[in-house]
Order: sequence, then structure tokens, then C-alpha cells
Amino acid sequence: MPMKNKTIWILFTLMFVLHHDFWFWGDTSLVLGFLPVGLAYHAGFSLAAAMLWLSAVKFAWPTDLERWADEESTNAGDRA
Amino acid sequence: MNLSILLAAPKPADLTPLWVIVGYLVLLMALGVFSTRFFRGTSNDFFVASRSIGPFMLLMSIFGTTMTGFALVGSSAETYTTGIGVYGLMASWSGLIHSACFFLVGIKLWAFGKKYGYLTQCQYFTDRFESPTLGYLLFPVLVLLIIPYLLVGLIASGSAITGLTGPVGPNAGYFPETFAATKGAIPKSISHAVIAGVVLVYVFLGGVRSTVWANTFQTLVFMATGVITITLVAKALGGPVEATRAVLEKAPQGLAREGKMSHLQFFSYAFVPLSVGMFPHLFQHWLTAKSAKSFRLSVVAHPIFIMIVWVPCVMIGVWATAATMPNGSPMTFTNANQVLPKMVSVLVHSPWITGILVAGILAAIMSSLDSQFMCLSTMFTNDIVVRATGGKRFSDKQLLWLGRGFVIFIVAVTYALSLIKLPVNVFDLGVWCFSGFGGLFPLVFAAVYWKRATKLGVITSLLATASVWAGLLIYDLTVYKKTHTGGEDMLIGGVMPVAIIFSVCVLTLVLVSLATAPPAPATVAKFFPEKR
Repeated sequence: MPMKNKTIWILFTLMFVLHHDFWFWGDTSLVLGFLPVGLAYHAGFSLAAAMLWLSAVKFAWPTDLERWADEESTNAGDRA
Repeated sequence: MNLSILLAAPKPADLTPLWVIVGYLVLLMALGVFSTRFFRGTSNDFFVASRSIGPFMLLMSIFGTTMTGFALVGSSAETYTTGIGVYGLMASWSGLIHSACFFLVGIKLWAFGKKYGYLTQCQYFTDRFESPTLGYLLFPVLVLLIIPYLLVGLIASGSAITGLTGPVGPNAGYFPETFAATKGAIPKSISHAVIAGVVLVYVFLGGVRSTVWANTFQTLVFMATGVITITLVAKALGGPVEATRAVLEKAPQGLAREGKMSHLQFFSYAFVPLSVGMFPHLFQHWLTAKSAKSFRLSVVAHPIFIMIVWVPCVMIGVWATAATMPNGSPMTFTNANQVLPKMVSVLVHSPWITGILVAGILAAIMSSLDSQFMCLSTMFTNDIVVRATGGKRFSDKQLLWLGRGFVIFIVAVTYALSLIKLPVNVFDLGVWCFSGFGGLFPLVFAAVYWKRATKLGVITSLLATASVWAGLLIYDLTVYKKTHTGGEDMLIGGVMPVAIIFSVCVLTLVLVSLATAPPAPATVAKFFPEKR
């Protein structure tokens, strides 16, 4: 597996682990005066997930598969 | 869902909310009909939009299909009872896992679909494992899992209209003379028919292409609804800082997760969003993509879109725990699903906003409903009729009309089922649909990534997974729900049932595959093209 792909999957695993924010479990403090910190963390997590997938699209895009799919179909075409 | 509370503020005679909904439905139908101008008149266009959908519409149709009315009404209701942990439990897991499914599974399946002309999951699995038996076994499992989900959508959207027009306190509903038996409410036989009819018109005419157009519009509507709603509710509560300060004083426990959910439960929800990997309606949307590049926007923007819809609704659910009525008494809810509508009706007090909210809820529900009708029509046409007749018997026009015929048939059957009193709560069944599809995810993942997976492994795993799913479902409905009336999730050893179902699927798949002969080299070569 290329290094870039490996990095993406390491980051994915890290995100998977970081989802479990036990450190904010009982924390009722607020961010910006109105957003519960546990919710702010997970809203930030959603943004971080988007960043992760942006990196995946940029650095781990399945170019080979795309090229293979775009080649002339070997079958009779669509079944319907 | 009972939305009669929406009329607590405006007088029952004020038909504005109903006109807003009628306007929305007419606009939706008009858009669906307009989209048929781009319809190419072929069965391929009807089933997969000639594989021509670009990034923006793919994003909107996929997002609209994966989000249901739960994203608006259920999220605020669950937050009200369980606190802000609901966002991490469902929304942020979904943001990470859904996009992973699109990236890892969706693009691959699109590539195979384009290369070999697949229109349904059964066609792909049959070829991938050289097993017509697998296709025949998979079909009923997928259909049985999708039907309750479909019913939930139709019943919930019909109930939204019936509830809105129903009586509130001493006041009669909208049409007390016409519908005396329901105290003025539009009866469910009519409201279900209206929703089913609107969806039927555009799905029948333009197939998946019209579905994509309609979903794009509906997604914009329900996303805007969430943003408009939180803005107005926050303003009515004196601003977001003041609203949350009240919660901190009166009900601070909702601002955290301590005592509201266990760590294991929180973790095991990760298995639920895997269901998107096996949803037949999502599979069909993936196949509509013009190119692999069309997926890029969906993969990246999906978590952000989830955040845009969920954060406002979760905040309204939090604020509801400390909200007060105009006379200063605490706001109470007879059931949690009233949280969003009651907060809007009491605090915003505008029939226009009431109408927009219900339209937004309908948009969220119907954007899944149309795709499910469409995918079942595609499956019945291609996995049953075409397969049974060898595929050569019908002209392309006949296939197109077969597809349309099945759309009518499926809508009619769903409508009839929605009016029957079933022996089980269909909403409970709906929740189990996600567990079923999530539990089956290892099958599609192995099909795409594991060369050593065998047909016997997959067949055994499918049967074992379906059996365990059915056993747990029966236990939940007949034993657990009778002894746990608080609506709490059934947990097994502290984890969600989907985690158990998923584990059974993985174990049987791996063990039986390793114990049986590997697939033919030609099949492996066909589905694992060499990198160049």
C-alpha cells in the first residue's frame, strides 16, 4: 500500500479512537457561551471527518479503478 | 408522529400551514414532472439515469436518501430525553462511517456496475460469487428489510398531515364538517394517499432521474428548515447564550453524557451507520454517478451536511429541557416527538413557520421514500422478471413499462399496508432495519476486498445473520418491549444488537470461506483488476 494511503488509514483509525471522548463525558462547560463542550467536540469531529475525507480524495484516490471502469465495457452493456 | 401540537398557538381555522404544505407538494411534483424533460425514454435512464448524475446532484440525492424525518424530529426528541450525547452516538459516527462506505464500497460498486452493467445488488452478488442461489436468497432478505423502513416513511409523513389538521384541546380540527369522524383531521387514508400519490407521479414518469431532482430540492428544503427553526427559536429564547444558561441552571445533566448512556453503548453505535453499505436504494444512487469523480463531493461534504442538519435540532432538544410557556410554567411534552413542533409553535408562534417546519419534515421523509419505491421497482423488474425470463424476452420499452408497473404495484401495496393495523409497531421494526443492513455490511465489504470469500461462506453468513437478526427482533418485540416500557434501547452485554449481528456475519463468513474451495481464478480476475 502506498505511503499516502497508509497515512489516510492511520488517520482514520485515529479518528475512530478519538470519537470516544471519555474526557468530556461529564463535562457541562460551554464553548462560545452556548454550545456544550461535548457537542462542540463532536461538531468539530464532523468537520475533522470532512478534512480526513478531503485528504483521502486528494491523496488516496483510486485512479486505477477509475481508469479501469472508464475503459470500454467488456460486457454487452447495461443489462436492462 | 403527532404534530397536532403545532396548532396550539394559531386558531384551527387558520389554514396557512396546510396551504404551505400544499404549495410545497405541488412544487415538488412540478419539479419531478419538469425533470422528465431530461428523461431519455430508455429503461437504463429509468433505473440508473443513464449513469449521468454529476457531483452536486449525487451529493444531494445521497444525503437526502440517508437522512429521514428522524434527523429533524427524532434528533431533538432523543436529545430531550438522553442529552447531547445523541449527536456523537448517531451524527458524528455517521459522518465518519458513511463517507468511509461511499469511498471504500460505493466507488467500487459504481465501477463494477458501469463495467458489467449491473442495476441491482443481487446481480452483482450473483456474478461475484458465481451463485444464482445467492441472488435468490439475498432478494427476499433485502425486500423484507426495506419494507418496514418504507412503511415508517409513509405512515410518518401521512401522520404529519393528519396530526397537523387534527383537533387541539377543545378546538376542532381543520375540517370538522367534512371529516366529523376524525374531529376535523384529514383521515390517514387520505393523507397517506396524498404523499404516496405525489411520490408516485414523479417516480413513475422519470424513474431515478426524477427521484434525484426531487431529492435535491427536498434536501435543500429540510436543511433550510433546520437553520430557520434554530434561528427563530433561539431568538425567542433571548439568544443562544441565554437559552443555554437556562439549561445550565435548571437541567445541566442534558449538557453532558454522564448517567445518560454507557461507554459501550456509545461505541457500539458505530455499527449502525454501516447499514448504508447495504442499502439497496443507496446502491442504486451510487450507480447513477457519471464518473468516479462525482463521488468526491459526497465523500467530503456528507459529514458537514450532517452537522448542519443535526446541530440545530440537538440544540433545540437541549433548550427544551428548560423552556417555559408564556405564563412562566415549565414547558412539558406528552411524548418526546413533540419537542420540535411544540418549541416552534409556542415560541415562534407563526403559522407560516409551522407550515415550513412540516414541509421540511415531509421533505426529509419523502426524500428517502421515493428512492425506496424506485429501488424496489428496479429489483422486482430485474431480479425477478428479467431473470426468470432470461432477459431476452422484453424490448427496452417493455422493460421501462415493467419498471413503471412495479412502481405502481409497490406504492399500492405500501399504501394498503400503511392502513392496516399490524400486530407490531412498525416504528420498532424500522429501527431494526438499520441493524439488519448494518449487520450484513461484512458481505459487501468482503465481496469488494477479500478474494478468498466464497459463495458458501457468503450464503452461510447471510442465512446465519438473517436468523440471528430475526431471533433478536422477535425477542425484542415479544419479551423486551413488554418489560421495558421506557423506550430504552435493547442492549446485549451492554452493546447494541447490531454489534452481535455484525460479529455473527463476520465469523461465519470467514470460517466457512476458509473451509471451502476458493472462487475460480477467472472470477477473481474479473472483480480484482490488476493495478496499472
